Amino acid sequence: MTQFSRRGLLKTGVAAGVLGLTGLPLRAQTRGGKLTAGLGGANTSDSWDGRTHSDIFMIAAAHGTVFDCLTEVAADGSLVGELAESWEASADAKTWTFNLRQGVTFHDGKPFGADDVIESLQMHVGEESKSAAKPIVEAITEMKKLGDHQVQFTLASGNADFPYLMSDYHILMFPAGNIENAIAQGIGTGLYSVVAFDPGVRFVGKRFEGHYKGDSAGFFDEVEFIAINDNTARMNALMTGQVDTINRIDFKTEALLKANPALRIQEVTGNQQYTFPMLTDTSPYNDVNVRRALKYGINRQELVDKILLGHGAVGNDTPIGPANQYYHSEMEQTEFDADKAKFYLKEAGMDSLTIDLSASNAAFEGAVDAAQLYQASAAQAGININVVQEPSDGYWSNVWLKKSFCACYWSGRATEDWMFSTAYEEGVPWNDSQWDSKDSARFQELLLSARAELDSDKRRSQYFEMQEILRDEGGVLIPMFANYVQAVNNRIQSPDVVGNLWQMDNARMAERWSVA
Amino acid sequence: MGNVLTIVVQRLLLGLLTLLVVSIVIFLAVNALPGDFAEAILGQGATPDAIATIRRDLGLDQPLVVRYFSWLSGILRGDLGISFAQLNFRTNLGGAGDVGVIDQIAPRLSNTLFLALVTAMIAVPIAVALGVLAALFRNSVFDRVANITTLSSISSPEFFMAYVLILFLAVLNPILPSLSNIYDGMPFAERIEKSLLPALTLTLVVTAHMMRMTRAAIINLLASPYIEMARLKGMSPMRVIVKHALPNALAPIINVIALNLAYLITGVVVVEVVFVYPGIGQLFVDSVKIRDIPVVQACCLIFAAAYILLNLTADILSILSNPRLRHPK
Repeated sequence: MTQFSRRGLLKTGVAAGVLGLTGLPLRAQTRGGKLTAGLGGANTSDSWDGRTHSDIFMIAAAHGTVFDCLTEVAADGSLVGELAESWEASADAKTWTFNLRQGVTFHDGKPFGADDVIESLQMHVGEESKSAAKPIVEAITEMKKLGDHQVQFTLASGNADFPYLMSDYHILMFPAGNIENAIAQGIGTGLYSVVAFDPGVRFVGKRFEGHYKGDSAGFFDEVEFIAINDNTARMNALMTGQVDTINRIDFKTEALLKANPALRIQEVTGNQQYTFPMLTDTSPYNDVNVRRALKYGINRQELVDKILLGHGAVGNDTPIGPANQYYHSEMEQTEFDADKAKFYLKEAGMDSLTIDLSASNAAFEGAVDAAQLYQASAAQAGININVVQEPSDGYWSNVWLKKSFCACYWSGRATEDWMFSTAYEEGVPWNDSQWDSKDSARFQELLLSARAELDSDKRRSQYFEMQEILRDEGGVLIPMFANYVQAVNNRIQSPDVVGNLWQMDNARMAERWSVA
Repeated sequence: MGNVLTIVVQRLLLGLLTLLVVSIVIFLAVNALPGDFAEAILGQGATPDAIATIRRDLGLDQPLVVRYFSWLSGILRGDLGISFAQLNFRTNLGGAGDVGVIDQIAPRLSNTLFLALVTAMIAVPIAVALGVLAALFRNSVFDRVANITTLSSISSPEFFMAYVLILFLAVLNPILPSLSNIYDGMPFAERIEKSLLPALTLTLVVTAHMMRMTRAAIINLLASPYIEMARLKGMSPMRVIVKHALPNALAPIINVIALNLAYLITGVVVVEVVFVYPGIGQLFVDSVKIRDIPVVQACCLIFAAAYILLNLTADILSILSNPRLRHPK
């Protein structure tokens, strides 16, 4: 599958449809049986409304099981068609034409077509919309139905990543004219139809016969997801064989899982990152030399070893991770260096620096410990960090974006532009370092030109330059990327390549795994 | 019997007053917690606009007093309100598919009651029997062993007892499932099987209290003249206790059983989490986490009402078990 370049697929989207249909399985997969998964990340507020999804239980149940998107990110990171068969862009990447798959039906028997796409996208916009995908859909200025199975989107400005954005787990396809009902009952076009759904408790799905993905995906007769938010209970359920797989392994008890011959651990490094953003419009962080001193003052490897217990990779102060296409892996790594930190502090005209770092375990598990480790290493460089422990409740409203230096996490985005335009573009609401053209006009300029660039080589060099700028000057300290770690019973077989965009094989275990 | 009715009416009225006070305290307490539903549900994605919209939709921007009284007037009309958790996107959906607090609580409450019932059916007979036997063989090795075992199980934290049981009954000897994910429409036998481990855990937690009370109440009576009389008649010790002491010791025993039953409804949060049992305790914790005030309030009222009603039942039963109170001069 990897012989296709991802951008090549974008330009000639026809091949994508073929790929999506054949699936090219690596091993023979048997149909039948049942998958029982114990998943953390469930809430009593869960529903089939894609706009509200934010945690793995509903992402896996909706995006991965009951509903489909127009496009899909395959396990190896390439983009393939899901409900769209192929797509084509105009030269300026402003107009996109999607050809939809024919002969697809919703679980209630209604055929899928262009109207469904348009209405499903419109759900996300509107003044009162709180959809997380609002910015994506708002960028579409016009949606035109060219035929029953062809839709044309016109964007406000060119975006080469547009087909990628259509794979977002919020942008699910609902049946037009019946969306309220579809949300209430969970009526989608996915591989499994809903048998039972109890928010925050469980979901049961049954294989939808005659599904358009045929025999290439969705191997189980039945899937059941049980909401188990408690780490120990989840582990127990797996160890006693009552569930076949669990997500979010507690690293402290990982050795017990490894000792069990019936189980195996899946571990992938994706884009999930633990960060310390500083507000670059506030003193002293407005001085790039202070930011550099702080970056040299943190021992990244120590954080990976002690906070993640080795289940992660050091970060280089850019939010682009291994699951991204233009990840700059060759870039020189910023290491802990007390002398360099002191040097940059001097450059900033200071002998020593005393700052507050706000942290809470709401930011990420172990954030307070991480801040204390940082405190110890920074002290060697004459930087006195005062760790302020904040309450977990209301952390995102009262601390993040408000305190000038704090702990934070990002699950990352599938594309560079998506990540940058969410948190690094001038003026966007989640720009947690207040990073703008005063800090680097070049960065903002590159951001806009790379977005519309359809030539893959040019784009690569642009994104590489942006990552270098962020490493050297950026306002967010990104010391580590945390792995997604899950465990599977050997009763269940999974492909050799497991997706690293989200937990649980991009939340598609119901689609890609099978009984061994 | 007239005075029993008076007592019931009096106690019910007092109970209503208690519920009112409880509701005020809970309302204030939940509002004193940092963060509210809007902040909790939006998390990292919170923008001031989105928070303001949700607050306006849910009426969270109203003053505390106004909110309390509008909730109270709803209660008086028998309307427990709408669960925030299931309507956070009301503006998108036009209010369709709102889930009432009752719809959300009812299945969970019935699960918890089921677990309480299973536990009570195991725990009460064991506790009373052990208490009677301990009184019969007081200060013997049996008495000591029964006391030490039950007291140590009540003294350990619930989750510890739960894990000990899981270790022995689910991991080392896979007899019972460690996951109690029961659901509507599950076959009865399977439901019992799945509920057994949490029920056994709770049994270990509540047995000591009831057993000790039974033992103490009976021993207390053994010094009475009529017991001595029975003994002098030549009755066997077992007969003396079961026939003469136990009926007179019923009042305190019933009281302690009622107290423990109330605990089985209100205090099972930890056990429900460990066994992933979808009861009201888990719902309560989830709702506090996202500041779903209507559900939290309703849960608290149910908990308080359970205590009040079970205590009332205990008092009535102890009156009925005592001929002197039943037929006052």
